[in-house]
Amino acid sequence: MTAGADASADTVSIPLDKKLEMYRMMLDARLFEEKAHKLFFEGLVKGTSHLALGQEAVAAGFAAAMRSDDLTFCTYRGHTHTLLRGADMGALMAELLGRGNGICGGKGGSMHLTDVSVGAMGSYAIVGAHLPIAAGAAWAAQARGTGQVSVVFFGDGATNIGAFHEALNLAAVWSLPVVFVCENNLYMEYTPIGAVTAVPNPAADRAGAYGLEGIILDGNDVEAVYSTATAALEHARAGGGPQLIEAKTYRHGGHSRADPGTYRPDEEVQEWLDRDPIPAFRARLEAAGVAAETLDTIEAESDAAVEAATEVARSGPFPDPANLETQVWADGGSSWRN
Amino acid sequence: MTERTVAQALNAALDEALEAPDVVLLGEDVGVTGGVFRVSDGLFKKYGPDRVIDTPVAESGIIGAAFGMAIAGLRPIAEIQFMGFSYPAVDQIINHVGRIRNRSRHRFTAPMVIRIPYGGGIGAAEHHSESAEAMFVHTPGVKVVVPSNPYDAKGLLLAAIDDPDPVVVLEPIRVYRSIKGDVPDGHYTVPIGLAAMEHEGRDVTIIAYGAMMKEARAAAVQLEDDGVSVELIDLRSLVPFDTEMMVDSVRKTGRAVVVQEAHRSAGMASEIVAVLQEHALYHLNAPIERITGWDVVIPLRRAEKHYLPTVDQIVAAARRTLEA
Repeated sequence: MTAGADASADTVSIPLDKKLEMYRMMLDARLFEEKAHKLFFEGLVKGTSHLALGQEAVAAGFAAAMRSDDLTFCTYRGHTHTLLRGADMGALMAELLGRGNGICGGKGGSMHLTDVSVGAMGSYAIVGAHLPIAAGAAWAAQARGTGQVSVVFFGDGATNIGAFHEALNLAAVWSLPVVFVCENNLYMEYTPIGAVTAVPNPAADRAGAYGLEGIILDGNDVEAVYSTATAALEHARAGGGPQLIEAKTYRHGGHSRADPGTYRPDEEVQEWLDRDPIPAFRARLEAAGVAAETLDTIEAESDAAVEAATEVARSGPFPDPANLETQVWADGGSSWRN
Repeated sequence: MTERTVAQALNAALDEALEAPDVVLLGEDVGVTGGVFRVSDGLFKKYGPDRVIDTPVAESGIIGAAFGMAIAGLRPIAEIQFMGFSYPAVDQIINHVGRIRNRSRHRFTAPMVIRIPYGGGIGAAEHHSESAEAMFVHTPGVKVVVPSNPYDAKGLLLAAIDDPDPVVVLEPIRVYRSIKGDVPDGHYTVPIGLAAMEHEGRDVTIIAYGAMMKEARAAAVQLEDDGVSVELIDLRSLVPFDTEMMVDSVRKTGRAVVVQEAHRSAGMASEIVAVLQEHALYHLNAPIERITGWDVVIPLRRAEKHYLPTVDQIVAAARRTLEA
């Protein structure tokens, strides 16, 4: 079977301030990650990191469409999703640097960014594991009548793991307010997703198995993402059950910091660089009459925000060793246990 | 006060807990059927399908969904049918359930209960008969309790439901219906982390938990009949566990036998022995004995009897400590 609706062309009228907000979001995410990449090569980013450079439109389009109390579940490639829900940029950068003023106290690092105060319910570094969790959170929202929607982002690789299928079935059979968003960047780590998947659209083509419509989206078109996200969130919030969206996108770099991504054909990389969502959106905004200076100002402000966040991170203290034994159980750490 | 089996006591605890609107019970066949061991019998009828939830056979999905419920404002109780079936969900328990507090810097927890019938008893071998408690004991961020009698079954399950941390409640299959006891009708809890002193004595300390308490009690009676004064401790909480009661006892008796049904290597008994030698070595009159299952795949019905520790083995071990 093939996927159903093609949502790429579905751009409803979006207010200008919302468009500029999304432009700022994408720049924040882009400049934050470019800075993180530089800091890694300075030896300041601890552990590994997985950048979403090139995929910003998915995170921005959804974050701009979500209600402030909606719930985001993302993956180890989750800097942008956490940042754009409103997590403090300085605390995020500090976490990447393993500092005590990081958002997880310097214990989690790049792959475990969590800020429940803004609905960023965690970055899950076990592929697929967060899909049933998002479904459960959606059950709780429904049972408590909060009107919240769970939005869960995952890569194309997750569509071949059992938890993906368990979660879709649970969400469909219980008609839960959860939006599943596959960010298909064409590669499962180092391997082309097509080489290891039985269907061409790894998420959308599976939708029919759970009675869902497979929605395919141009994930590099932030307006299309916003429109599709708005419709999906409304559908889920109104009690219409889960939605499964496959956003086609591309990561500009490799899988992780250690990967230059040389297994990808040059022409393919170039084709997607030409479709970079940020310049494309800027061109569209300028064509619609937004002054270049307005957009330049946003870029300068994003740049300044990232520089300030970097300073917060660089000047942050390393974690206090006494902190190691805390925050494990409700009554503290493990000292009583051992 | 009502006389109940362990299964009935657990049912009473679930019934009481479900009075609170934020508590839900979910698992395979827990609803209409009342669970594979009928522990949730009658609760679907009383509380309905939105509170007592039949799930597909999908353990990772069940525990993942329960975890999502827990971090979004509910207090779920998830049932896994048999311990071997919990392994597909181990990713969720180890990688996520036990870690959310740490990841969220204490702002967040997963107040959920994972009920798992464990151990031998129905003779179905392997997945239906396992005692993998050490795996959960080894996992930071979760607590583990194992009741051995109806009173503790209800009190520990209610304590687990009230607890702000995730708690694995291991339910001994073999004594679900073989032990009856008086159980209070109202709400009460057995504090997590405290062992029970079942019998005081002077000569040797026997430490056991869960289904093995049945053998440990019988061994203690036999030894007492022969004039040996036995101190019998039901550990009942594995994380955290009651170091103080065990250490005080062994400092007094100078001898200890630790009993577990699980495979021998790197088990709960190994941890207890380590703690006793750290805190009571100079009070010991004999090497500490471990009576455990074997490091083998748990076999089918008849052979299962050869796997499970016996009363005779415990008695013999106690005698060895007395003769040392």
